[in-house]
Amino acid sequence: MNPLAAYLAVAALLFAIGLAGALIRRNPIIVLIGIELMLNAANLNFIAFWRYGPHPEALTGMIFAIFSIAVAAAEAAVGLGLVIAIYRHAQTFALDKMNRMKG
Amino acid sequence: MSPVFYLISAITLAGSLAAMLLQRTVHCALAVTVAFAGLALLFLSLDAEFAGLVQILIYIGAVAILVIFAILLTRSAGAPRGEVFSPHWKAGVAIAAVLFVVLGGALLRSIAVLPHETAAPAVTMRDIGNAIVGRYVLPLEIMALLLTAATIGGVIIAVLEIGGEK
Repeated sequence: MNPLAAYLAVAALLFAIGLAGALIRRNPIIVLIGIELMLNAANLNFIAFWRYGPHPEALTGMIFAIFSIAVAAAEAAVGLGLVIAIYRHAQTFALDKMNRMKG
Repeated sequence: MSPVFYLISAITLAGSLAAMLLQRTVHCALAVTVAFAGLALLFLSLDAEFAGLVQILIYIGAVAILVIFAILLTRSAGAPRGEVFSPHWKAGVAIAAVLFVVLGGALLRSIAVLPHETAAPAVTMRDIGNAIVGRYVLPLEIMALLLTAATIGGVIIAVLEIGGEK
C-alpha cells in the first residue's frame, strides 16, 4: 500500500470522527475535543505531505503544522474559558439550551 | 506499511472514537489523550521528531490538562445529567459519513499519482530552529501576538464574570 495514502486515509477517518463528535454531542467541552481532533487530522496531513513531498528540506509542511498546533492551543484555551464563563452564567451544560445571546 | 503503523493507527482511531462516544466527560478526556499520544507516535513514524515532541508537550501536557480543569470547574465529572447526544445525532453522523466518503473518493482517485516511499529527509532540529527564526520569523511574531491576545482574553473572560460585572 502507498504509505502516503495510508496516512491520508487515517487522517480522513480521524477528521470524520471529530466532525461527527462535534455535531452529535451536547456537552461543549466534548465538542471542543472534537474540533481538536479535526485540527490534529489536518496536522497529520501536513506532516505526511511534508515527509513524502518533493522538497522536505524546505520544511514548509512541518512549520505549518507547528504553527497550527500553536493556534490550536490558543483556541483551546479561549474556548474552554468561554465554556466555563457560559456555564457559570447559565448554570446549564446542554448546547441546545444555550440559545440566547442576551446576558 | 509496517505492522507498527497499523497498530498506532488503530490505537489513535480507537481513542478518538471512544472520546466521541463515551458517556462520562472524564472518560472522554482520557480517551482523547490516548488519541493525542497515538498521533504523536504517527508523527514520530513520519520522521518528524520535532512535531511529535511538540505534540506530546502541547496536547498531552497542556490541552488535556486544560480539558480536565474545565471539567473540574464546571462540575461535570459525574454521571451525565440527561441525554449526552443531541436529538439530531443522525444528521450529524450522516454529514460526517458523507464527508468521509468524499475524502476517501478523492484519495482513491489520486492514489496513482501520490509519491511512493522516499528516503527519510535529513532534517535536524537545528534546521527547524533556523527556519523558524529565519524564513518564518514574521509568522512567529504574529503567533506571539496571537498567544498574548489569547492569554489576555482568557483572563478578561474569567475576571469579569467573577467580579459580577455584566
